[in-house]
Amino acid sequence: MDLNFTPQEEAFRAEVQRFLNDDVPARLKEKGDAGKRFTKADFEEWHALLNKKGWLASGWPVQYGGTGWSVVEKFIFDNECALAHTPRIQPFGVAMVAPVIIKYGTEAQKQYWLPRILNGQDWWCQGYSEPGAGSDLASVKTTAVRDGDHYVINGQKTWTTLGQHANMIFCLVRTDREAKAQQGISFVLVDMATPGIEIRPIITLDGEHEINEVFFTDVRVPVANLVGEENKGWDCAKYLLTHERTNIAGVGYSIAGMDRLKHLAARVTKNGKPLSQDPLFAARMAKVEIDLENMKTTNLRVIAAVAGGGVPGAESSMLKIKGTEIRQELFSLARRALGVHALPYIAEALDESYTGEPIGPQESAFAASHYFNYRKLSIYGGSNEIQKNIISKMILGL
Amino acid sequence: MNFNQSDDRRMLADSLDRYLAEQYSIETRHAISKSATGYSPEQWAKFAELGLIGALFTEEQGGFGGTGFDIATVFESLGRGLVVEPVLATAVLAGSALAHAGNDAQKALIEEIIGGGLIATLAHEEADAHYALNRVSTRATRDGDHYVIDGAKAVVPFADQAQQIIVSARTSGNVDDEAGISLFVVPAGTAGLSLRAYGNVDGTRAAEVSFKQVRVPASALLGAEGQGHATLEHAVGRGLLALAAESLGAMEVCKKATIEYLQTRKQFGKVIGSFQALQHRMATVLLEIEQARSAVINAASALDGDDRIARERALSAAKYTAGKTGTLVAEESIQLHGGIGVTWELPMPHYAKRLVMIDHVLGDEDHHLQRFIALGQQ
Repeated sequence: MDLNFTPQEEAFRAEVQRFLNDDVPARLKEKGDAGKRFTKADFEEWHALLNKKGWLASGWPVQYGGTGWSVVEKFIFDNECALAHTPRIQPFGVAMVAPVIIKYGTEAQKQYWLPRILNGQDWWCQGYSEPGAGSDLASVKTTAVRDGDHYVINGQKTWTTLGQHANMIFCLVRTDREAKAQQGISFVLVDMATPGIEIRPIITLDGEHEINEVFFTDVRVPVANLVGEENKGWDCAKYLLTHERTNIAGVGYSIAGMDRLKHLAARVTKNGKPLSQDPLFAARMAKVEIDLENMKTTNLRVIAAVAGGGVPGAESSMLKIKGTEIRQELFSLARRALGVHALPYIAEALDESYTGEPIGPQESAFAASHYFNYRKLSIYGGSNEIQKNIISKMILGL
Repeated sequence: MNFNQSDDRRMLADSLDRYLAEQYSIETRHAISKSATGYSPEQWAKFAELGLIGALFTEEQGGFGGTGFDIATVFESLGRGLVVEPVLATAVLAGSALAHAGNDAQKALIEEIIGGGLIATLAHEEADAHYALNRVSTRATRDGDHYVIDGAKAVVPFADQAQQIIVSARTSGNVDDEAGISLFVVPAGTAGLSLRAYGNVDGTRAAEVSFKQVRVPASALLGAEGQGHATLEHAVGRGLLALAAESLGAMEVCKKATIEYLQTRKQFGKVIGSFQALQHRMATVLLEIEQARSAVINAASALDGDDRIARERALSAAKYTAGKTGTLVAEESIQLHGGIGVTWELPMPHYAKRLVMIDHVLGDEDHHLQRFIALGQQ
């Protein structure tokens, strides 16, 4: 038993820290630290920096431009980025469509699409959910009907994160209406500029435009854009659900959040004393801190198991549930810590150009917004209740 | 990073588990618990022979282990076996105190403990302390070459079976001061020592111990006068890890029993494990147990560290987690079993009782949460 990283892993961490410190513009990290909105340009700048360093595609095999990192190194990299408040690597291309193309795509598809993800030519978004297919993803109704060398797609996708920036969307579509739920689904790549696609914003409860609806009316897509076999798209979807989920707990974000909360609670006063010394608030903080300390080790145990050749099954679900519960509790405590100052909301204060005085502590600009926005954590990626179904199925064998 | 046990530890756990599975059935356990001694001297001798006790001490102390992971391994097995024997009181609490502060003559007692020839205990908690380690009103007054001890200790594990009782008493300072607490090794039968022994609800055994003008020679002092708090923190800290690991072992047994029950019990024409309301409760139990396992690993890893704050925080975090999760596992196991869960018949309810009562030993969930906070503010 040894909870420490090896000297090589520590050296890797130092190298990552050096890169984050020296090569990433302070402007980006400060924006993250201040909870401001990252723009499309910010994300593209971050991707380009990583690509130049060869660090963008940590989950890919080296032959396609991946880093060749171990699961432990990926864990270290993700955590260090979270602690440095960098933008998030946009997962839709790098971590979602790429692994499917690598696993199920033709050589031509790999040669064409993968470099475009690395060099930023394509910004991908995800076409999975539909108004009638949320947790029950297999009930997708968007259809793709073969017409010569094309599929003709009709239907609607929703919750499309940052689709407004995207030029490509990967979709689950129904190619066989007679087949049972999971059969008859195919995985296709669609150019967002194709005639018949309309994208409309969905405004989230914090007032932000992050997600979208995408409508398809007689959209013609070349058959060459099918990934894997026709009617076998569910395999691709399922593959993604178990692929690279060892960092799903977002431990790095929680460590950074805990740190931020402690500083906030030490600055905010209640009756002349730091809030961190209020017995009830201190107890709430301590509970989540202990949960997080335990989570760090739980996460490392899963990673060690994967590094030893294991396949995360129920473990991914456990990490997802507990990890998101911890993150949401931290958002909740940051909001509580601000007291009345959680209330004021100035939308422009989240823009980089804003120079106005904050109302109350600096965190008041975003704490409540973030709290509301991150309610999504326990809903997306398979809701926490779906994760409990998965755990039950695995342990109960029913 | 490596989460595998060493071969030695795995072999120890395997042989312990095998022995307990074969020789320590729930019926045997009930009979031992109801016996006049509350533990089985035969089992105790066997434990010593198996090396279970020696594994809790370092080579320097005459054992062959003594690290955090040794304690965790042994106690997880003891938890799985629902063992009532006084391993915690004798080898961890009394043994660690002797190892931490004992002179050569006192350290010789460790050898007897490892050999299985000595039952000992720690009499520290008092009726009004509510787990506070620094709270000692029992007094020891110097009288020539002797100390005279007056006071009372509450729910002392196996005090009526112990041949040596290590007692904490105040030699100076106020009732809540850390400084001024001294420890004494008091042999059973010393004049003025009286006991009221009883069984506990979880099948273990304890006694109320009172000291009326108990005269002990100055050589009974364990460690320096007034410096007992650090020794208590050391011994109790190892006890916290032991209890958290024991709790983990018991949780795993409850989990297994409850999963089996969900897979076999039928209602409405289906196994009850097919009902989502029950599935989700079980999934929560499962992931909280994994968190509790991580807490034990963290504490075992921190136990031998030099940074006091980091170590004690990890120990309190583990005991807090064991209290919280142990209670959750106990209550959910009983609930998911339904009526049969509140009977004496199955083993599970007895594990559940132990899980909940572990929260009442050496500080509960609230106590250790407060301690975790206080340590963080130092």
